[in-house]
Amino acid sequence: MNLTLKIWRQKNANDKGKLVNYPISDVSPDMSFLEMLDVLNEGLINKGDEPVEFDHDCREGICGMCSLYINGEAHGPDRGVTTCQLHMRMFKDGDTIVIEPFRATAFPVIKDLVVDRSAFDRIQHAGGFISVNTSGNTIDANAIPVNKHDADDAFSAATCIGCGACVASCKNSSAMLFVGAKVSQFALLPQGKIEATDRVLNMVKQMDEEGFGNCTNTGACEVECPKGISLENIARMNREYLKASLKG
Amino acid sequence: MSGILNSSIGRKVAMALSALFLMVFLLQHFAINMLSVFNPDTFNEVSHFMGTFWVIQYLMQPVLIFGVIFHFVMGFVLEIKNNSARKISYAKNNGNANSSWMSRNMIWSGLAILAFMILHFIDFWFPEMNIKYIQGDMSGLLADGEGFRYYEELVHKFENPIRVAAYCLAFVFLALHLLHGFMSAFQSVGANNKYTKSLKGFAKVYAIGIPLGFIFIALFHHLNH
Amino acid sequence: MALDSKIPKGPLADKWTNYKNSNNLVNPANKRLIDVIVVGTGLAGGSAAATLAELGYNVKAFCFQDSPRRAHSIAAQGGINAAKNYQGDGDSTYRLFYDTVKGGDYRSREANVYRLAEVSANIIDQCVAQGVPFAREYGGLLDNRSFGGVLVSRTFYAAGQTGQQLLLGAYSALNRQIGRGKVKMYNRHEMLDVVIVDGKARGIIARNLVTGEIERHSAHAVVLGTGGYGNVFFLSTNAMGSNVTAAWKAHKRGAYFANPCYTQIHPTCIPVSGDHQSKLTLMSESLRNDGRIWVPKHKKDVDAIRAGKLKPTQLEEADRDYYLERRYPAFGNLVPRDVASRAAKERCDAGFGVNATGEAVYLDFAAAFMRYGKEQAHVRGLDESDDALVRKLGQEVVKNKYGNLFQMYEKIVDQNPYETPMMIYPAVHYTMGGIWVDYNLQTTVPGLYAIGEANFSDHGANRLGASALMQGLADGYFVLPYTIGDYLADDIRTGPIPTNSPAFDEAEKSVRDNIAHLIDNKGTHSVDYFHKRLGKIMWNKCGMARNAEDLNSAISEIAELRKEFWKDVRVPGTNEEFNEELAKALRVADFLELGELFAKDALLREESAGGHFREEHQTPEGEAKRRKEFQYVSAWEFKGEPKDAVLHKEDLVYENIEVKERSYK
Repeated sequence: MNLTLKIWRQKNANDKGKLVNYPISDVSPDMSFLEMLDVLNEGLINKGDEPVEFDHDCREGICGMCSLYINGEAHGPDRGVTTCQLHMRMFKDGDTIVIEPFRATAFPVIKDLVVDRSAFDRIQHAGGFISVNTSGNTIDANAIPVNKHDADDAFSAATCIGCGACVASCKNSSAMLFVGAKVSQFALLPQGKIEATDRVLNMVKQMDEEGFGNCTNTGACEVECPKGISLENIARMNREYLKASLKG
Repeated sequence: MSGILNSSIGRKVAMALSALFLMVFLLQHFAINMLSVFNPDTFNEVSHFMGTFWVIQYLMQPVLIFGVIFHFVMGFVLEIKNNSARKISYAKNNGNANSSWMSRNMIWSGLAILAFMILHFIDFWFPEMNIKYIQGDMSGLLADGEGFRYYEELVHKFENPIRVAAYCLAFVFLALHLLHGFMSAFQSVGANNKYTKSLKGFAKVYAIGIPLGFIFIALFHHLNH
Repeated sequence: MALDSKIPKGPLADKWTNYKNSNNLVNPANKRLIDVIVVGTGLAGGSAAATLAELGYNVKAFCFQDSPRRAHSIAAQGGINAAKNYQGDGDSTYRLFYDTVKGGDYRSREANVYRLAEVSANIIDQCVAQGVPFAREYGGLLDNRSFGGVLVSRTFYAAGQTGQQLLLGAYSALNRQIGRGKVKMYNRHEMLDVVIVDGKARGIIARNLVTGEIERHSAHAVVLGTGGYGNVFFLSTNAMGSNVTAAWKAHKRGAYFANPCYTQIHPTCIPVSGDHQSKLTLMSESLRNDGRIWVPKHKKDVDAIRAGKLKPTQLEEADRDYYLERRYPAFGNLVPRDVASRAAKERCDAGFGVNATGEAVYLDFAAAFMRYGKEQAHVRGLDESDDALVRKLGQEVVKNKYGNLFQMYEKIVDQNPYETPMMIYPAVHYTMGGIWVDYNLQTTVPGLYAIGEANFSDHGANRLGASALMQGLADGYFVLPYTIGDYLADDIRTGPIPTNSPAFDEAEKSVRDNIAHLIDNKGTHSVDYFHKRLGKIMWNKCGMARNAEDLNSAISEIAELRKEFWKDVRVPGTNEEFNEELAKALRVADFLELGELFAKDALLREESAGGHFREEHQTPEGEAKRRKEFQYVSAWEFKGEPKDAVLHKEDLVYENIEVKERSYK
């Protein structure tokens, strides 16, 4: 396949940045999207140009490091996959592909397609944990039975890989799917209920301080989420937050 | 509790609660207007009751006005805040791939509704306030004293085809607003459960049915006279 | 220096308890005066950083990813072993210990493995308390599954992403400490050297990957939880960023490197599709519970399949060779990983590989569909003789168990594994070798510790499935926090370590010189060009089967390639910016040294053990032949060039387990 890539190039956080055209040929449909970028970069380096920087690591869809807004969608046109698992067979010969970084004020661009998602980490520092010492001197694991449905729901929420596609896809750059998933995972488990009030208040406060927008329930996040995290988690967070606020 | 409106979730819950309140009001408004089609006399009586009963006038009406203003102002505040959460927009964005047009354009459907409401206030509410509280005529009767004035006024307003067209257009926007807004309000207050699926069906009926009904009323009066 | 493994005296079962009762402790007030650096934030590093901070030490943690949560522990799929015996199937600490030592082909240290088995149960308690959503049964209690090479069900799991859930658990513990200010987290930082002051590890040199700034960080002890070095093969199931640099720099500063040649080649990975391939994807070992592995019996069928004239589903049962079931009737498709991988290679080398490159075998679920389908039809009272219905029911069951893996396969290969058998081939997955550590997990450099996959101690020559997660968390949560105190107890009066000492100057200069050389080199080939060539040498000559001739040529080829790399590599851009190519170049430079030591170690080890298979040492049936005279750990001391490395031996003594022929027949 021969393609035209329009890629966002930005030297550093302060640079203005612009879209630059790159033709690329002999792309195999079996390549992953990132492997296609590898080929592009190899060519750029050989020509003496600077390669396009992008985040990636595990390349099997679980670490959440890769991002990219491809042809107007986070992680591209395929569903239930991250960019590293998006394959070129999703595109046609002659296509023009626009590649941009995940955009949000809370995710400033570091270089080219690399953005800083440490806002997610800071939200987690604020309360994304159960305050239990790691001494191992806890009670036996089977002393806390958990209803299987709750356990399954908690697991589904916990499958969030923190990639930020929800923020990137949301017209408001809201992080509520991410935070909702984190709040839900703990709120659904008996171990997590003890700190539920403080957790949700602190995490939402930090989320707001990071400059994410508000949720208007467009549902874009759920559709673009590579792990299919459900909007129910946002509703659950809203409930938890109301409950917590009324408690004072 | 005071800090709650400073939080993102608090604000969206407030949006949702005001929306739910307005949707109840809309249903009530719709029901009364529908009377004008079937039974002008009852319509007149109910209108007079609504226009003069003190609980409605001095308690409910201010609450309603506050609700409307709050919903609009908060809507604008959130829109501005949300826009600033992404200062550089995408060169290419395929919103249709993941969300409905209605959900992404609540501000525009909302603005259209606001424009309509201004027209609506000029048409009905300001004259009503003028007659009742400035001129002091609380009788609700026509100038010649022959029966209530409400039905006649209503019919009179729908003579002008341009006004009717503007009303119909506004109701289309209302439908678009409700198509997203109804379910959105429930989601915002945290109601997403096993009933959500059935509620979605009801939401569609409400969001399309009510505005369609208003359009029917407008056209009915326009065409009948 | 003679190796001292510092194994406590006394009976095996009491060693750890006795140790904990008698080691030195640091009182809480003094812990505040002590700094510890933890490099790497996977299961081992993340859990260690959190626990040390919780104990009261001041911790600085480093990871090269943009968040600690992305460390490659996250990609582990299948599960984590623990001797809980919840299933009542006869499991015990001793049995887990026994299975691990046997699975490792009697090349691991008894005392370490026993301690691992002992603390394994605590891990599950700890993780559940932290909110890790393990799979549960309807009664609300924890579920278990079975893994290769063992006869009990002791594996705890969270669908096909146990690694992610456990890492998020460790990450949440870490977050709590970051929030409290006890851990200072340095994301997007890469450790480029360890600083030795007066013979003790006292700090590191790190590069800020965003700004390029070279930073000095000091501490009273340095802990490496930096994972394995599988990426020396270029293609592996490791993450793209996984690297040996931290471990290798430690080695160059005096830490012995043990058993570098012990590599685990995982049997069930998606085959290579072309030259553009950047990494390989694992299909969980749990698939072998239900899938049957086969190749055609006849060459003509192989040719027809490769030519696309024959579909695998059209082949009669009698024309298929279920080679694992044929060769190992007792364990069948569930033999340990090394055995399964070699058997696949044997068939493919003999010309029976089923894809265009000849390097793939089938993993077939057709029988499982029918087996589960019959069961379902029976339970639901449907017609058991209706094959189409039974297959459909069976597919639903399999979808529930492995749905995400099947989906992943389809996305990558573009074939529907419900309709045609999967194609798989072995790929580099894990490295049992690593930095040599004693019972305290301390390297041969005082104050320098290595935990998790970065060390060598627990898996011998082959690791059993679901044991890597166990070891990472055991080291980080329950072992290191005790043993490091014993060392730090002497440091309570030391005070902060200054970073303006000559040792720091020298380390920083060597880092800067290296970087300057790479940037100024302006050669003609990219970093990947060299990395791929290194990978080819490693795979062809140090891969699943090794021989003296190949290893000798690998040693000289790698040395040659390394020279060429330093002369001809091109690294665009500058140091003072985000520069992935530079980061890669620094990593590949170290792989090019490690690769040579790897081959040298493999050449020395004239036996076959676990993942290390020497063609010269096999039974007439082609099985691995261990040799008594190699019952030792090879610990290599750096002497300037990999080829000059000096061998130190740690003899492995088995007092509590009988060293037997490892048979899965």
